[in-house]
Amino acid sequence: MARIGVFVCHCGENIGATVDCAAVARAAAAFPGVVHSVDYKYMCSDPGQCMIKDAVRQHRLTGVVVAACSPRMHEPTFRRATAEAGLNPFLCEMANIREHCSWVHERGEVTTEKAIDLVRVMVEKVKRNRPLSPISVPVTKRALVLGGGIAGIQAALDIANAGHEVVLVEREPSIGGHMAQLSETFPTLDCSQCILTPRMVEVAQHPNIRLYTYSELESLDGFIGSFKAKIRKKARGVDEDLCTGCGACVQKCPMKKNPSEFNARLSGRPAIYVPFPQAVPNKPVIDKKACTYHKTGKCKLCEKACEKKAIRYDQEDQIVEIDVGAVVVAIGYDVKGTDFFPEYGYGKYKDIVTGLQFERLASASGPTGGVIKRPSDGKVPEKIVFIACAGSRDPAKGISYCSKICCMYTAKHAMLYKHKVHHGEATVFYMDIRAGGKMYDEFVRRAIEADHVRYVRGRVARIYEKGGKLIVKGVDTLLNSRPVEIEADMVVLASAMVPQPDAEQLAQKMKISYDSDRFLSEAHPKLRPVEMNTAGIYVAGACQAPKDIPETVAQASGAAAKVCGLFSRSELSREPVVAVVNRAPPPLLSTCVGCFLCETACPYQAIEREEIKDRSGNVLRTVAKVNQGVCQGCGTCVALCRSKSIDLAGFTNEQVYAELVAL
Amino acid sequence: MKIGYFPGCSLEGSSREYDESLHAIAGPLGVELAEVPDWNCCGASAAHNLNHVLALALPARTLALAERAGLDELLVPCSACYTRLAVTRHELLRNETLRQQITSVIELDYVGSTRVLSVVELLARLAPTIRDKTVHPFGHRLACYYGCYLTRPTCVASCKRTEDPTEMDDICKAAGATPVDWAFKVECCGAGLSVSRTSSVAALSARVLEDAVDRGAEAIVVACPMCHTNLDLRRPAIEKAAGRRFDVPVLYVSQVIGLALGIDGHVLGLHRHHVPVRWPASVAGTREEH
Repeated sequence: MARIGVFVCHCGENIGATVDCAAVARAAAAFPGVVHSVDYKYMCSDPGQCMIKDAVRQHRLTGVVVAACSPRMHEPTFRRATAEAGLNPFLCEMANIREHCSWVHERGEVTTEKAIDLVRVMVEKVKRNRPLSPISVPVTKRALVLGGGIAGIQAALDIANAGHEVVLVEREPSIGGHMAQLSETFPTLDCSQCILTPRMVEVAQHPNIRLYTYSELESLDGFIGSFKAKIRKKARGVDEDLCTGCGACVQKCPMKKNPSEFNARLSGRPAIYVPFPQAVPNKPVIDKKACTYHKTGKCKLCEKACEKKAIRYDQEDQIVEIDVGAVVVAIGYDVKGTDFFPEYGYGKYKDIVTGLQFERLASASGPTGGVIKRPSDGKVPEKIVFIACAGSRDPAKGISYCSKICCMYTAKHAMLYKHKVHHGEATVFYMDIRAGGKMYDEFVRRAIEADHVRYVRGRVARIYEKGGKLIVKGVDTLLNSRPVEIEADMVVLASAMVPQPDAEQLAQKMKISYDSDRFLSEAHPKLRPVEMNTAGIYVAGACQAPKDIPETVAQASGAAAKVCGLFSRSELSREPVVAVVNRAPPPLLSTCVGCFLCETACPYQAIEREEIKDRSGNVLRTVAKVNQGVCQGCGTCVALCRSKSIDLAGFTNEQVYAELVAL
Repeated sequence: MKIGYFPGCSLEGSSREYDESLHAIAGPLGVELAEVPDWNCCGASAAHNLNHVLALALPARTLALAERAGLDELLVPCSACYTRLAVTRHELLRNETLRQQITSVIELDYVGSTRVLSVVELLARLAPTIRDKTVHPFGHRLACYYGCYLTRPTCVASCKRTEDPTEMDDICKAAGATPVDWAFKVECCGAGLSVSRTSSVAALSARVLEDAVDRGAEAIVVACPMCHTNLDLRRPAIEKAAGRRFDVPVLYVSQVIGLALGIDGHVLGLHRHHVPVRWPASVAGTREEH
């Protein structure tokens, strides 16, 4: 006979103010099979858990129902308590009378009745629960890091330095990401490349890191501890082992006017190119779309220039399969181009540039060697306007969030400009100055007070060209609130930070969640900021939300710590909520007829074929079998099985029917 | 194609040529204009600033009458009328309580089945027909001036890129004209202060004219009676404010199409403009219109 205990939680006022918890406990006491029923203010607290443990022992309970919050919140807590009292943890179930009842209804008798119903349903279910044991899965102690920007570099180095293998995948020809493009960094004005390039070299030379540049994730299967990743190594057109990175091919290439990705399209690069001189690896790639040989079948100048005979025009993409135990997603961000802004000319004015382009103009390694020259005619701008929040915080443009880093880098840009063009006039149009961070506000004040940058609080409504000048029409909303018109030589838009254009596809490929802005969603916005909802996948950097370098590095180290924590064990235990195909003694063997509809339905490829043999090895039947390591317990196969031979442990058909009948 | 027609006060008074030219081109473009019976004021002049219920009830009555007449679409040429009618429909479709309140005020059923259409929207749809039927390609450089009402508020705007609309440019291209790229397409002409502070109108309209002329426009094309009145009727005040003379004529987009379709200028009401519609003989495709 079942001996069920019911424990009704008030959750302080959360449930107690709406549901009459004592009445629920009284009603539950009368359910058939319930031998003990109580209510308490905070069931998850230590005294609350002790009540459960004591009751299990004292009343020799065979099942526990905790009527409280969502199982997502406290199921592990109560199952642990049940287990400590000596009962199988899977004999403990939760009735969700908070999210499903008290939070969504008004106080009243009907609400209490609904709570009673929810408890009755769970009592009927738990009567049919069977003891289950966790499934253990081996952990592959190798991490996959996607993205070779500062986030990916930091995560890879931290994991590798802890003694684990890392596979770092970067889709561009070199690692370094956006940080390699930056001139100087706020609030210290230290040179971005000077602090980044040593890290890039460290990655390349680290014995634990395998680097795949110019490569992309093709697919990811499996689960925490044992993922299978397929990586597409795009054809570089160059034999990496032979290439010495001498650069002769790059010199000889006649197609030098392709927009340079590294210089944010402000200069040209050859068809065979190394993105920048400090690239890691320092080996060129052939841009097939731009290469004359690939387009016309003639040229081959790079091949002639290569002493090592390393050019391979016919090289094909390669797919590499790698087993990994954890994945860190650090795919970075993009910025909206100037063509996003109708009121600023839809990108038709050359001297309106994005913040990222200004970084290249201000950088010593940039197309102008660090001299601020405007793109149209190469003149040094005498009057420059910076527009903060270009696109950000603008629901009309579909971007309602703050891009977070623009206040700081705009102050930095204005400062760099004033340091380089002493007599120049710099104006910043802003909404608010958001300079929260160590030494950040001081930095902005320095731009205003020491470098005399003019800050105007207001928006710019329109920019148009007239007589070689950009007419910037805005408003100063402070004091008299007057329209402002500036004849500028150049305008820099602190344009909104957005996810990579294909972030959504990657997320779908990896089955991880993302938000309405297409940034990747962490598992919990406060308490699990580096984990994804999919176990074993972690996130770092601006692909999760706009953030600056220090924050990115901190998050990357956090993700690395999580990976190392996972790798500290050689086996993982998983919840045993998996599908099971029934087995019976001969002659039945199984009710499975071997139609394998389940095989095609399973989204996780967890269905295998098993041959049941007799003692002499003759195959008696071929039936379906579920790989418990791969099964995610979704139940699709259960619904589809025509002979009802599959059941989901912990959620059997019998249990679910019992729940329905109890209502 | 039968379309409802709501002329509003302007098209019966100061902007008669807009009404005349629309009727003149409707036939050749295969459009039948059915005037809404017993239509009333749209409330643009004062009601929408004074009383919200009145501001909705006035356009709602006209809309309800159009609906009763079985019209799927209602062409509203005046852009102030257009905004009042479109905003009313937008608000009432979104707010059931308000819809019921207004129906009881106007004592007419209103469900919102009639869509409100601006001239720009209609002509953009008819652009292929215009291209086919053009007999005198309009060989002039035009500055298409959208003003405020065709692009704001965005919830009812009849142009897609509200900060840099292109619909009217495309229509004029279909008629063989060359639209110029200019910066004041959607700037304010000052109509809101037309009566109360004419000096502001002169200053604002002067900037519009200046930019159009400086970028080589031979005519300004509008689709709004207020824009036309300010740029045409108030030309002397504008010239005084700008300190320079402007000969550039201001045409309704319907007049441009009409000329391209080979309709006589007098029928299109070109003679009603204060700034004469004529171009220097040196310009290709020039024809004296009156």
